[in-house]
Amino acid sequence: MFSADLLANAVVAGLLLGGFYAAVAIGLAIVFGQLDIVNIAHPAFIIVGAYTAYILNSRFGFDPVLIGVAAAPIFFFAGAAIYRVYYAAFERTGQESLSGLAFFFGVMFIIEVVLILVYGVDYRLVQADYIGQSWRIGFVDFPLRMLVPFIVAVTLTAGVYAYLSRTFTGRAIQAVAQDRLALQLMGANPIRIKQWAFGLGIATAAIAGALLIIIGPVEPSVGRQYIGRVFAIVVLGGMGSISGMFIAALILGLVESVVATFMGPSWAPAVAFGVLLLTLALRPAGLFGR
Amino acid sequence: MHLFKRRWMSRAGAVALAAGVALAGWVAPAAHAQQPIKIGFSMALTGGLAGAGKAALIAMEIWRDDVNKKGGLLGRPVQLVYYDDATQPASVPGLYTKLLEVDKVDLVVSAYGTNLIAPAMPIVMRKKLVFPALFGLGANEEFKYDRYFQIMPAGPEPKTDWSKGFFDLAMEQNPKPKTVAIVAADAEFALNAAAGARTNAQKLKLQIVYDKTYPPATTDFTPIVRAIQATNPDIVYVGSYPPDSVGMVKAAHEVGLKTKMFGGGMVGLQFAAIQKNLGPLLNGIVNYDFWVPEPTLKFPGIEEFLAKYQAVAKDKGVDPLGHYLPPWAYAYLEVLGQSVQATKSLDQGKLAAHMHKTTFDTVVGKVKFGKNGEWAQTRTLQVQFRDVAPDNLEQFAGPGKRIVLYPKEWKSGNIVYPYKQ
Repeated sequence: MFSADLLANAVVAGLLLGGFYAAVAIGLAIVFGQLDIVNIAHPAFIIVGAYTAYILNSRFGFDPVLIGVAAAPIFFFAGAAIYRVYYAAFERTGQESLSGLAFFFGVMFIIEVVLILVYGVDYRLVQADYIGQSWRIGFVDFPLRMLVPFIVAVTLTAGVYAYLSRTFTGRAIQAVAQDRLALQLMGANPIRIKQWAFGLGIATAAIAGALLIIIGPVEPSVGRQYIGRVFAIVVLGGMGSISGMFIAALILGLVESVVATFMGPSWAPAVAFGVLLLTLALRPAGLFGR
Repeated sequence: MHLFKRRWMSRAGAVALAAGVALAGWVAPAAHAQQPIKIGFSMALTGGLAGAGKAALIAMEIWRDDVNKKGGLLGRPVQLVYYDDATQPASVPGLYTKLLEVDKVDLVVSAYGTNLIAPAMPIVMRKKLVFPALFGLGANEEFKYDRYFQIMPAGPEPKTDWSKGFFDLAMEQNPKPKTVAIVAADAEFALNAAAGARTNAQKLKLQIVYDKTYPPATTDFTPIVRAIQATNPDIVYVGSYPPDSVGMVKAAHEVGLKTKMFGGGMVGLQFAAIQKNLGPLLNGIVNYDFWVPEPTLKFPGIEEFLAKYQAVAKDKGVDPLGHYLPPWAYAYLEVLGQSVQATKSLDQGKLAAHMHKTTFDTVVGKVKFGKNGEWAQTRTLQVQFRDVAPDNLEQFAGPGKRIVLYPKEWKSGNIVYPYKQ
């Protein structure tokens, strides 16, 4: 059953899937990887992004990716506001680890329940011309339903990476995790920096949500399926490293796809997380961790 | 003086109280006649199966209102007492215990779905309750409970009857298919469906070239479909839940799956929102269903019921057409209600005996249960999607898009074979 054609397609499908996983995890890579805020509600925000794409797509026919990009600034402000609350209630008093986690659990459930109350529990899908089409290069297929999210994810990751390494605020975000006092001495307000970073993380959720609903149907509880994967990707990539997160996401997608093709799909999550555990055993800080 | 007055007053009070209690005891039986008959159940109102669960609840409330308009059951109004099981099997035993011990319901019916019916079985069995059940595949196979009644028309051998039609249709074709690929989600229903498909394939001496399961939270189905294609199966049988059904159909289209028959046990292809979104990708797929608006299935009462349902469901974020589960949710209460009226009692034993021997007239036609509580004869339809246009919900409201191929009594057209995209 092994053939070059099957392997090539499995690799490509895995990379495309991995790219999507990166888009889902990048917000958490900023918020958890760099700021140590355990935002377990991140996948729930992605679902909100997916519903935003669904609403505007079904009513006006706008392209889901464009909706995601347009909604990102709104999500940014929402994220900043939520960070304010989190900071005032938990971080300032030093209770962030457990109480903060409980706070985000609460946010996650509230989001899910509000979505159910407003939109019900039926599966939602979007329409776009490229969903269902597939490009073929030689014997390798590139389904656009997966290729478009991959391209957007790569662009998003590159954009965030450039932002974090080139701009003042971006570098300040990296700095605040390393040494908050030094950052204050440099003249930057660490609270405002973290607020900006959290907003950025949630803004990526708007885009990731649009990608999610392009790939498959969404209903309010779908976010829970991604909690394990996003944290695993951020940890495997190394806390604080965007490029590490991206590589980790690609590895996860690749392993899932190749195992599903050649061993059987039921093995895919086990092997994928096995790879994570093995990597952490050999490199406890993750692939590119500090 | 005070003491004497107080003691006299307390004695008068005691006499008044006793008189009041006696009076209440005398009056109470008359008031009892107006006490509602409570029917208890849990239902998936959130979680993966909530799309159908909420639709089922709407149908059940329509039944309750219809019955109460006609004077209720045994002259008493019917009240539904229910809780959301959130599609979590672990919550079911606690909910049914509460319904029985705290809410003291008179009758129980099941939740929706194999995974949610099974956990309630030990509790209803211990209390010897009659248990009408809503869409569980083989949920009674191990328990062999004689007061279980399954409204889903799988047939006397549910696991194999479920897919028998699919395989029988395939074997009627010329040349006969030789190989089959079976793929299913790692979940109770899909595994049962796959087990039945395996048995059917072996009985028909088909070679099983692919037989694997996938985790329900799988995101991308392209590698799976590709692996299936690599084995070149003549027919492909899939057991899946709504999100995976969508994933498999889209992946099959993107990979360009070449096979002669595709479908079988895909839940979700019966839901309006998914039918509208998949549109022409559905064409050619042969899949199970239980009721479609074809001319051969116009049972008395079904159209009025669907009209009532569609009016209520409009803005509730549930299936707007209601063809899949709602008629059966209405019917499993109809069967219970008719039994209560016929036996003039709430005695579980009498109800069970009545339900075993009676052929009921319901909105889904004539219903007759066999010994194990399943239908005496299968009515699992095999339906083929035909001429589906893109992005159009109304086309599914009427006939012509889902052709019934099997069983022969309900057939409304011939199969288009092999599967073409």
